[in-house]
Amino acid sequence: MSVPYQWDIVLSMLLFSIGAVGVLVRRNILVMFMCIELMLNAANLAFVSFARHLNDVAGQAIVFFVLVVAAAEVVVGLGIVVAMFRRRRGATADDFHLMKG
Amino acid sequence: MTALLAATPAHLTVKIAYLSILPMLALLGGALVILVWSSLLRRPLETVWITSLTVLAATAALVLSLMQYFDVIHHGAHVAIDGAIVSDGFSAFVAVLVSAAVVVAALVGDGWLQQETIRGPEFHVLVLVSASGAMVMGAANDLIVVFLGLEILSIALYVLAAFNARRRQSGEAALKYFVLGGFSSAVFLYGIALVYGSTGTTNLPQIASYLAQNYVLHNGMLLAGLALLLVGFGFKAAAVPFHLWTPDVYQGSPSPVTGFMAAVAKVGAFAALLRVFVSSFGLLRADWQPAVWVIAVASLLLGASVALVQRDIKRMLAYSSINHAGFILLGLQAGSTKGVEGSLYYLFAYSFLALGSFAVISVVGGPGDGRHGLDRYRGLARRQPWLAGALALFLVAQAGIPPTTGFWAKLEVLQAAAGAHSYALAVIAMLSAVIAGFFYLRVVVLMYSPAGATGDGAATGTIVDTVEPARAVGDEGEPVGVAPGGEAGSGAVALLEADTGESAEPLVIPGTTGIALALCAGATVVLGIYPAWLTDFAHQATLLFHP
Repeated sequence: MSVPYQWDIVLSMLLFSIGAVGVLVRRNILVMFMCIELMLNAANLAFVSFARHLNDVAGQAIVFFVLVVAAAEVVVGLGIVVAMFRRRRGATADDFHLMKG
Repeated sequence: MTALLAATPAHLTVKIAYLSILPMLALLGGALVILVWSSLLRRPLETVWITSLTVLAATAALVLSLMQYFDVIHHGAHVAIDGAIVSDGFSAFVAVLVSAAVVVAALVGDGWLQQETIRGPEFHVLVLVSASGAMVMGAANDLIVVFLGLEILSIALYVLAAFNARRRQSGEAALKYFVLGGFSSAVFLYGIALVYGSTGTTNLPQIASYLAQNYVLHNGMLLAGLALLLVGFGFKAAAVPFHLWTPDVYQGSPSPVTGFMAAVAKVGAFAALLRVFVSSFGLLRADWQPAVWVIAVASLLLGASVALVQRDIKRMLAYSSINHAGFILLGLQAGSTKGVEGSLYYLFAYSFLALGSFAVISVVGGPGDGRHGLDRYRGLARRQPWLAGALALFLVAQAGIPPTTGFWAKLEVLQAAAGAHSYALAVIAMLSAVIAGFFYLRVVVLMYSPAGATGDGAATGTIVDTVEPARAVGDEGEPVGVAPGGEAGSGAVALLEADTGESAEPLVIPGTTGIALALCAGATVVLGIYPAWLTDFAHQATLLFHP
C-alpha cells in the first residue's frame, strides 16, 4: 500500500511555508539561507511526487537542475556573507541599516 | 543508459539548431576567453583589453541575433534543443536588446573601473554571464529553462552588486538582493512545481495546448502556481508589492551595476513574464488580468509618488524604475499583440535611458562612487555641460517628452491599454506620468540652476551669502573651479564653485563612459525622431511570436 501523492504535496507545502515564514521572520542570515534551501527542497519534493503521480520522468530530472542551481546560489551567498562579516562578530540582518528611506 | 544510447542513437540524440543559441554562446564564449586569457598571464590583463574583448563578444552576439532574426523572417519561428529553446522574433528582439545593453554596460564599467582603480576581469565576465541569462529567459520555451535563465542572470548580479569591496553599502545591497532574490526564486520554482502538477508539463506550448484541450474551471492548484509565478517575476521586475529590495539595492550597488541591473534584469524578467503569461496562459487571461491590473496600478502610483521625496538620485531612479515597471505591465495587462509590442518597445527605450542615466551618475558620484545626493547635481550644467546635457536628455526622455524614445514607449503601451479597453488603467498611467515628470524635471532644473541658488528649496548646507571673501580668493588659487568652456577663470564662477564645497573638484569623464553616453543619447534621440525603425522591429518580433 502506497501513500497517496496528495500527502507528499501537503508535506511539501508545509515545508515551503516553514521556509517562507523563516526567511521573513528570522534575523540570522545563515538561518535565512537555510530557509531558502528548505523552500527549494520543498519544490523538489513537489516535483518528485508529481512526477510519480503523472508517471513522467521529466519532473525527476528537474530536481537535478534545481540542486545544481541551489548549490551555485549558496556558494555565492556564503561568499557575500564571508566578505561582509569579516569585520564583525554575528550574522544578524538588523546590522544592515545603512540604507533606508 | 549507455547501452540504450548505443542501441537507438537516432531517437535519443537531440538535434541542436545552433543558430538559436549562438548569441548566448557568443557571450559565454567571450567570458570564458577573458577568464582563461587573464589567468594565463602573470600580470593582470590591462582593463582596456578586457573591455575590448567584452565589446567584441557583445557585438558578435548582436550580429548573431540579427542573423537569427532574419532567419526567423525567412524560415519562420521554430523550437530547438528538444523544445527547450525557441527561436522566434521575440527571442531575437530580446537578444538584440541584451547584447546592445552589454556593449554599453561594458563601456560604462570600464570607465568606472578606471575611476576606482579596480583591476581584473571579473566585472566584465560577470556582466557577460548575467546577460546570457537574460537572453536565455527571452528564448526559453520551458518553465525550467526560464528558471535556469533567471538564476544565471541573478547569481551573477548578486556578485556584481557586491563588487565594490571598499563600500559597505555595496555588500549590504548584495546581501539584501541575495536574500530576497533567493526567496523569489524559490517562490517561482514552487509555482513551476504547481503548474507542472496540474498540467503535467513544464513546456510552454504544451501547457498552452493542455489548457486549450482541457476545460480547467476553478483549478486552485493551477491558479496558485500562476500566482506564485507572478510573484517571482514581480520580484525580479521590481513591481510594487515585491519592490522592497529595489531602493536599497539600487542605491548600494556600484552605479554601473545598477544601470545594468535596471536594464538587463528587467528585460529578462519581463521577456519571460510576457512569453509565459501571454503565450502559455493566454487562455487564463480572465484570471491573471485583474492581478496584473492591481500590480500595475500600485507600481505606477507608488513608484511615482515615493520618488518625489527622495534626496538620493539613485534611490529616486530606483522608484522611477518601479514606475516604469508599471508602464511595462500595461502592455501585459492588455494581453494583446499590441500590448506585447508596446512592452518590448518600452523595454528597449528604458534600457538605454537607465544605462545612460546611471553612467552619468557613476561619473558624478566621483571616486568612491559614494556621493549621490541631489545637491551634488546643483549647477552641474556649468561645470560639465555635456554630462548635464546627457542626463537632462535621459531624464526628459524618461518623463516622456516627445522627440525621444521615452515618449513613443509611453504612447505604445497607452495605446495598447486603450485598445484593450483598460481606460481606467490608461488614465492612472498618465496621471503617474505627470507626477513622475515633476521629479525628473526637478533634477533637470537643479542642474541648470546656478550653483547655490535655492532652486526648489532642497535642504543643502551651502549658503551663498555667508562665503567670506578671503576664503573665496583662497579657493580661486586652487584648481577647483575648472569648468569646460573657458569660463573657469572668472572670479564669479570660482566663487560659486567654492560654495558647493566638496562637489567642486573637477569631474573627469572617462573616454569609454563618454562613448557609452553618446551611444545611449544617440539611441534615445535618433530612435525618437525615427520611431518607425524600432516600432517595426517590435511589431515584427511580436508577429513572429511562437506559437
